[in-house]
Amino acid sequence: MKEKGWKECLWGGLIVDAGNSVLYKTGDWRSQKPIRDEKKCTDCLQCWIMCPDAAIKVKDGKVVGIDYDYCKGCGICSKVCPFDAIEMKEEGEQ
Amino acid sequence: MIQALSGNTAVAYAMKQVNPDVVAVYPITPQTVAMERFADYVADGDVDTELIMADSEHSAMSCCIGASLAGGRVMTSTASAGLALMWEVLYVAASNRCPIVMNVMNRALSAPINIHCDHSDAMGARDSSWIQIHAENVQEAYDNIIQAVRIAEHENVRLPVMTNMDGFTLSHATERLETLDDQQVQKFIGKFKAIYPLLDVDNPVTYGPLDLYDYYFEHKRQQVEAMELAYDVVKRIGQEYGKVTGRSFDMLHPFEMDDAEIAVLALGSTSGTARVAVRAMRQKGVKVGLVKLRVFRPFPKDGLKEMLKGMKAVAVMDRSDSYGAFGGPVFSEVRSALLGEDVEVVNYIYGLGGRDIRQDQVEQVITDMSTVAKTGKVKSYVNYLGVR
Amino acid sequence: MVSLKKLSEKEELLAPGHRLCAGCGASIIVRQVLLAAEDPVVIANATGCLEVATTIYPYTAWRVPWIHSAFENAAATIAGVETMYQVKKRKGEITRDIKFLAFGGDGGTYDIGIQALSGALERGHDILYICYNNGAYMNTGIQRSSATPKGASTTTSPAGKVIPGKRRFPKDLTAIVAAHNIPYCGQTSPSFYNDLIGKVQKALSAEGPTFLNIISPCPRGWRHETDQSIAMAEEAVTCCFWPLYEVENGEWRLTGYSKQIAEGKKEKTSVIDWMRKQGRFRHLFTDARKPFLDSIQEEVEREWENLKKRCGY
Repeated sequence: MKEKGWKECLWGGLIVDAGNSVLYKTGDWRSQKPIRDEKKCTDCLQCWIMCPDAAIKVKDGKVVGIDYDYCKGCGICSKVCPFDAIEMKEEGEQ
Repeated sequence: MIQALSGNTAVAYAMKQVNPDVVAVYPITPQTVAMERFADYVADGDVDTELIMADSEHSAMSCCIGASLAGGRVMTSTASAGLALMWEVLYVAASNRCPIVMNVMNRALSAPINIHCDHSDAMGARDSSWIQIHAENVQEAYDNIIQAVRIAEHENVRLPVMTNMDGFTLSHATERLETLDDQQVQKFIGKFKAIYPLLDVDNPVTYGPLDLYDYYFEHKRQQVEAMELAYDVVKRIGQEYGKVTGRSFDMLHPFEMDDAEIAVLALGSTSGTARVAVRAMRQKGVKVGLVKLRVFRPFPKDGLKEMLKGMKAVAVMDRSDSYGAFGGPVFSEVRSALLGEDVEVVNYIYGLGGRDIRQDQVEQVITDMSTVAKTGKVKSYVNYLGVR
Repeated sequence: MVSLKKLSEKEELLAPGHRLCAGCGASIIVRQVLLAAEDPVVIANATGCLEVATTIYPYTAWRVPWIHSAFENAAATIAGVETMYQVKKRKGEITRDIKFLAFGGDGGTYDIGIQALSGALERGHDILYICYNNGAYMNTGIQRSSATPKGASTTTSPAGKVIPGKRRFPKDLTAIVAAHNIPYCGQTSPSFYNDLIGKVQKALSAEGPTFLNIISPCPRGWRHETDQSIAMAEEAVTCCFWPLYEVENGEWRLTGYSKQIAEGKKEKTSVIDWMRKQGRFRHLFTDARKPFLDSIQEEVEREWENLKKRCGY
């Protein structure tokens, strides 16, 4: 975001663009990357409800992927998965 | 209507007429009676207000901030240690541009504990970005509260306003005053206009983020601008109020200044004492005038310079001290406003902890100023008046 | 039972892109709380990790109206917002139902904010105050609070040669809150999302002030791996350091896993085993400090027995 001058921004640090933190990608904090095995996944959504970063993408009640734009690689999803469907790998590894 | 009201009851009456949405307060001498009377109005259903009897002044002001940003009209009242306890959140209220109106019954700060008047409380809050208006008498205290609502809520300003009156001297003095009808007050203040209210859940806003070196300065600069714009707003609303009531208000109120060669500058109830002293000295042939500083924030620097330039000597009365500074807070600012003018400005710090100031003491100050005017010499720039 | 499928259809009200640490318990708690709320909410947030990391100007992660005022006044701030709502509702200027939430860490709740909290509870505002309790001032670098567990090493209760970390047990804030005789309060853990979501919904449907004390693992402060957060908040419950319970209109009730332990249906785990997995207790595992460590296990036992009694066991 271009830094605004005092005449251009709203007073007091007021932010009216709710949820604009999505513009700030936290995915590059990651050193470990969760890799999901679709075959093992049962869509139990444990990973989704326990993710600190809302990075488990769910559509119509089914896991459709991991949002690497925001995933910080904490590994909680992998630990809570009852079916070992998510494996943590070194970032950059295939 | 003509009524006989004490400062406290006049404040409660003005608040009743404003009929704010929320009032959050905590009891403290000498403003407690105002809140008791206002609680009576609430108990009797004379107002629509929700009254929060908070657990401290800090919480009272915090409630006010929440209520104000929720999107409605909010008022409160405090004094002394109460204002001091609010100090942190005074800044939050101003920075988030909450148009809160707060009555302050000026009282000394501890220690030792003292319940009587001086201006240490208000002066301690002078840098908090609150507009500060000081009343000379109960009539003005009443009038100031009604104008303050308009000033605070003005879209060019949107800053909280502190209406000050001297504790006990005014809060507990019964005076004859003229009050407006409820309808006149409502018509004058108009409807509250919410800007980015928290209760608009369809348009969610974030108030009070973490604001670091990349933007904090810009947000502070905006407050400077709001204060700058407030000069004009305070003046215009003071004039408009005059059209309704016959009592016009400005930032500075001069008395006998047209041909004055020396002047006394005071704020609060001391302006009344000083006016009597000026009148008496005029009868003795001394060309002295009085400048009543009604609005301390924003500080009327230009008006003051215009009014005081050409004076041979000006005595500035300070009812608080800034320990270790060169004089009291009003003195420093008056002197600074007169930069480049050939005017001797002398400070008199008086009345701490409610020590009475008498007419003869102000007359002595005027005599001292005459001597300065004649000799061009100042014995001491900072003087303590009435201390043993 | 909560249907995760159903919940997953709801909008995420805490957007990603916030800058809480990897594995932070606070954002898991906030997500679960917001998913539980059925009406629109307005939130006041005390100064702390959650506040700082979710609203770094010009960004905000909040898709609900949100205000941060100061450290000690989240309860007073939300009380003010709620009061204005009550006036507007009475005047007919607002017709819809809105819920009012406050979030504070343990520093902002147990310590500096307890007065404002107590005041708001006593005055009866229709609010839900949530303490995300990570057991120290984590935002400023892991200083001890009155919620820090006995024995934990923090930067202001460091484990030294003589002193074995924090020397006192945390105060029982949930019981202090319960003593206000409010309609609903309790303790829960994000590892038991059914319990957490159920309690939030109960609290929000109660009229008047409600309170939840939620254990919030902090990988930085507790010194465990980021992937262990949910496991740590689970074991805190199973070892009875952090029992799940609620107090509804004066009636004390164990819930979920804790209830099952009390009824002999689930195994109670060891407090010392839970502590062993966290670096903040590492210094306690020496022969010399065994008596101190044992005293912690004993104290947790005693508290658990007291709680069971209160809950009618």
